[in-house]
Amino acid sequence: MELITHKVEGGPEIVALHDPTALTLSMGWFVKTGSRDERTQIAGVSHFLEHMVFKGTARRTAEQVNRELDHLGAHSNAYTSEDATVFYASVLPDCQFQAVDLLTDLMQPTLNEEEFETERQVVLEEIAMYDDQPPYGAFERLSEIFFGEHPLATRILGTEESVAEMPVGQMRDYHSQRYTQDNMYLVVSGNVDFDALAKQVATLAQGWPEKVVATECSPPSFGHGEATITKESIHQHYEVMAWPGLARNSLARYALRILCTVVADDAGSRLFWELIDTGRAETAAIWPQMFDDCGGLLGYMCCAPEDAAANAKVFERVIAEVCDRGVTDSEIELAKKKIASGLILADEKPSNRLFAVGQSWMCRNSYEPLDVVLSRYQAVEPEDVLAVARETLGQQSARVRVVC
Amino acid sequence: MKQQLLQRQLSNGMVLLGEPMPWLRSAAFTFLLPAGTCYEADGLDGLAALTSEMVQRGCAEYSSRQFLEALDELGVERGSSITTNHSAFSCSMPSEALLPTIELYSKMVLEPHLPVDQLDDALQLAMQDLRALDDEPSHRCFSELKRFRYPLPFGRISQGTREGLEAVSAEALEAFFRSTYSPSGSLLAVAGSFDWDELCDRVEELLGKWSPKPKVALPELKPEFGSLHVDHPSNQTHLALAYDSVSYEHPEYYQARGLVGVLSDGMSSRLFTEVREKRGLVYSVFATCFSLAGRGSVLCYAGTTTNRAEETLQVLLETIDSLKNGITEDELQRLKNRIKSSLVFEQESSSARSSQIASDWFYLGRVPDREEVCRRVDALTCESLKQHFCENLPKNFSLVTVGSQSLDLPDGTYNA
Repeated sequence: MELITHKVEGGPEIVALHDPTALTLSMGWFVKTGSRDERTQIAGVSHFLEHMVFKGTARRTAEQVNRELDHLGAHSNAYTSEDATVFYASVLPDCQFQAVDLLTDLMQPTLNEEEFETERQVVLEEIAMYDDQPPYGAFERLSEIFFGEHPLATRILGTEESVAEMPVGQMRDYHSQRYTQDNMYLVVSGNVDFDALAKQVATLAQGWPEKVVATECSPPSFGHGEATITKESIHQHYEVMAWPGLARNSLARYALRILCTVVADDAGSRLFWELIDTGRAETAAIWPQMFDDCGGLLGYMCCAPEDAAANAKVFERVIAEVCDRGVTDSEIELAKKKIASGLILADEKPSNRLFAVGQSWMCRNSYEPLDVVLSRYQAVEPEDVLAVARETLGQQSARVRVVC
Repeated sequence: MKQQLLQRQLSNGMVLLGEPMPWLRSAAFTFLLPAGTCYEADGLDGLAALTSEMVQRGCAEYSSRQFLEALDELGVERGSSITTNHSAFSCSMPSEALLPTIELYSKMVLEPHLPVDQLDDALQLAMQDLRALDDEPSHRCFSELKRFRYPLPFGRISQGTREGLEAVSAEALEAFFRSTYSPSGSLLAVAGSFDWDELCDRVEELLGKWSPKPKVALPELKPEFGSLHVDHPSNQTHLALAYDSVSYEHPEYYQARGLVGVLSDGMSSRLFTEVREKRGLVYSVFATCFSLAGRGSVLCYAGTTTNRAEETLQVLLETIDSLKNGITEDELQRLKNRIKSSLVFEQESSSARSSQIASDWFYLGRVPDREEVCRRVDALTCESLKQHFCENLPKNFSLVTVGSQSLDLPDGTYNA
């Protein structure tokens, strides 16, 4: 496998992990914009725009876009996070030209008003759907406590009000300010003809807005309050937590993942043996959430309402123990094996490698091949895990409970 | 590379299937045991899931903890699930871990401890699953649909019932294990990077001594129809709709699957276009084929805010009905392209192939190769699809709504 990068003259950067033996080709436009780049009155615009990207361009109607994607036999989708919007498709290599043409054309949608109104209803349905699902908006409320006034507290989907009232003009402005040559990357993984790709993108991306309009990016100060959401006639208790974590480029990120595996992996971890194996909880998990300039650790617990208080104490004790004494040699070795095997299995598919390369390029402008990543995990020592435990789980947390 | 599909039946009746994919670093297996919910004793709903949980709590020389740690040492990603017919164990791993992992799972089915002192823990865990399901309306509507549409023993859901779980004793669990964890009706399907001869020898060595139990006969399945509402305080009403179709083993299954593809495969499919793209009624809408005990159904889902639920149901039914006017050449071509490219994507995943060959063998007693699948897909025509639809008009509708307002099937919806 070979990593190839190329900056299109007067256009965006292209990054490819070329594997001539692959049976398929995955590609994605990674746009460095998300809910943290929104002002309150347009909360949800990045995600709504992600929907609108499929609703027609100067060269294609919405219907043509959908038909063409299916005609290519593409596995395609898109997602929006706090700091990225990603559009991706996996196709057979002989569809490269058409797939690049389509996916690249989508980056300049017309944002037609009639389509905008229909899609607004779909986004409102999406908000209603998530509102009906556990943990019933608890993570969104948690972000508001944890990040306070900082834009990272903005809900990715926005609110019913912000989406219902959003004018199409604001979305057009946002698009022209954020979908710019210097703020997006085309990432490709698998069996790609790179020269043809570079030539094609140079033509297609002509005339795209050049410079991004920067948004506020000072790091947040973390809040540690508590809140309760009351939800009528639910059967389980839900509790979510947040601790200060690490930024994406922190060298301690490998130790942090090992920490989360030892403490809170879904099988064989300390919380698993305490709470899941014993049937006291349905879920007990902790995982990192990372951004360019900061990060958090998120926790989740779901259990019977009558066990919630006792389980919260167990959670607290497990965390206190790891911050006090760290992890054992055998725990760390087992965690390294689990992580290594997971990474090797995931690395098998070009579609998975696409996200590894894309994420890494967006935040670091570099990509570590699998063997390098594995060696980084291998190098983690018990004292690194203890240090990162104290730096994160050792701090005060924010917490939201959902009760009936 | 030419696709190889290998099979061997052990003298005790267990079937071993293999699909070598030497270009991968991984291997995966799907281990199906005839221990699904349809074999649960009456009144013990949830017994299959509880047994599956208990067999994983230690076996042979391994305690519960040692068993899980041994799997982690090997780098095994694993899951277990319960369907109407089977208890399934699925694992993927670096290829060198395949045989040691099969050894662990062989011990699990041959010599589980079924530790009585952990039965209560397993029971509490099962109760967690049941309560969590009650909080998830989009999943709940399918569970309720299954209970409503399929009479016993087929209509049980994997999570069971509170009463059923509470009634399970250690003796009942052991009896279920003894009667259903049996080589006759079991299937181990392996895909990925492995050596077939070595695999066969090892499996014969490990599981050849497993003694068969008599197969349990099942009654004929006759689906119920009509509508049911489950009150649930939510913003959206969740609709699960089912109607008769042909089952996986039916000679015309590809026609039925093709029609569901026209309805639901991809963003240009009719349901996505009519319900979501044109009218903005939902975020999620889909249809899928479902086969059980020789009977096929099409299952559909839509979730929409309550005041638009009636319109959504109407558009859903009209869109299904529109198939009687035929499909376009363009729709057919898109359908074929999507299916054929999926066949290539599958070749990148040992776990996808292991579960597919297991499923094919269960329904068909053989595994069709890619050439056969392509041939049958190529043979689909607009005329054949229309003809199949008109000769098998949707009937025996079941509708379940979960939400704050009930919905009925409109008058004139055809039922047998």
